[in-house]
Amino acid sequence: MSKVKVPRKSTTVDMTAMTDVAFLLLTFFMLATQFKPDEPVTVNAPSSVAEVPLPETDIMTITISDDGRVFFAMEGQQYKAELIQKMCALKGVTFTPEEVKNFSLMSSFGVPFGELRALVNTRVEERAKFQQKGIPCDSSNNELADWIWQSRLTNNLVRVAIKGDQNTNFPVVKQVIATLQDKKVNRFNFITNMTTESVEK
Amino acid sequence: MAEIEGGGGGGHKKGGKPKSKKMSTRVDFTPMVDLGFLLITFFMLTTSMNKPKTMEINMPVKEVTEEEKQKVKASQAITLLLAENDKIVYYFINDVTGDPETPVITDFSNGGIRSTLLNKNRELLNKANNNNYDSIPILKEMFKNNQIPEDEMKKRIAGIKANKDALIVVIKADDKAKYKNLVDILDEMLITNIGRYAIVDITPVEQELIKTAMAINPN
Repeated sequence: MSKVKVPRKSTTVDMTAMTDVAFLLLTFFMLATQFKPDEPVTVNAPSSVAEVPLPETDIMTITISDDGRVFFAMEGQQYKAELIQKMCALKGVTFTPEEVKNFSLMSSFGVPFGELRALVNTRVEERAKFQQKGIPCDSSNNELADWIWQSRLTNNLVRVAIKGDQNTNFPVVKQVIATLQDKKVNRFNFITNMTTESVEK
Repeated sequence: MAEIEGGGGGGHKKGGKPKSKKMSTRVDFTPMVDLGFLLITFFMLTTSMNKPKTMEINMPVKEVTEEEKQKVKASQAITLLLAENDKIVYYFINDVTGDPETPVITDFSNGGIRSTLLNKNRELLNKANNNNYDSIPILKEMFKNNQIPEDEMKKRIAGIKANKDALIVVIKADDKAKYKNLVDILDEMLITNIGRYAIVDITPVEQELIKTAMAINPN
């Protein structure tokens, strides 16, 4: 009598398919990820039911922190390089090409123009420690107005987004809005978070 | 898949000539999969799918001459004064005398300013025999659920916003108000379907008005 032979099956599983799936997903997430540019302040935006997404290009963002400091950012490296050169011409200062390049790689900043060179020359890792006072926007020295105006000259499609912290005091926001209106920007966006609050009839 | 069954990874066969080793071409993929999934986890956690949203604001052009200013019926307008501690003081203008009526203190809760605005708006529309109760968020919801076509949604939203008999809101924020209050009140405009509103600077008279209203009713 012959014994029934139990075939010895290999316990190894073919991992190829799994690897394929894993790397497919990996590729997807890698491409879908956009790293948040490190911002000098964390801003907790108020929530609203607004559903309009923020455009990704042609936008300048004015950030207002809860202690009333104003920060400015503009999208697009080439625009930023052009913007800083225009600002330098306006203020009668010259930046070296190195400094212009550093500026165009920087995200949001909030220093008076006089301190900008120092900020630009600070190493990226040490920038978080740089005390940024905020861009002056009061009536005696309104540098924010210059930034807005020069940005619009640089990129005429640019739109303005205001990102304020929930606890920002209204006078600062009023001042920023007045500055915008002064520079004939009468249409702008407030950046908000989405809420899940249901809407009543 | 191209695979060669190596029989346990090669080695000398018993009692044979020393053959050249038959190496398995099979590679252990497990660490690679581990690495793949680790990276997936990392990217999944760092990716934020929800993009920030925005609300669009149109401010009037600053230099407007008196003739260009639109005169609105006083009874159609409500003035909201945003005060400190998330309070709102609102008042209407008396149609006959042209004086402000007694201010009322309310807040951002559901029964607060929202019901005031909805009721007043409804009252005005009823008076004008114009039962336009469309709601912008609900129209958008209906469009999302394919209940109405996009054209109809846009037309009906435009209809709501351009309704001449609807409430007009004047928003004035006090210096002690927070930015959150402003966004919240603009949000209420969206929820209560008010198309015509304006953000206006507060006057000293109105600042006094807030103070007196608060003094009478501190809570």
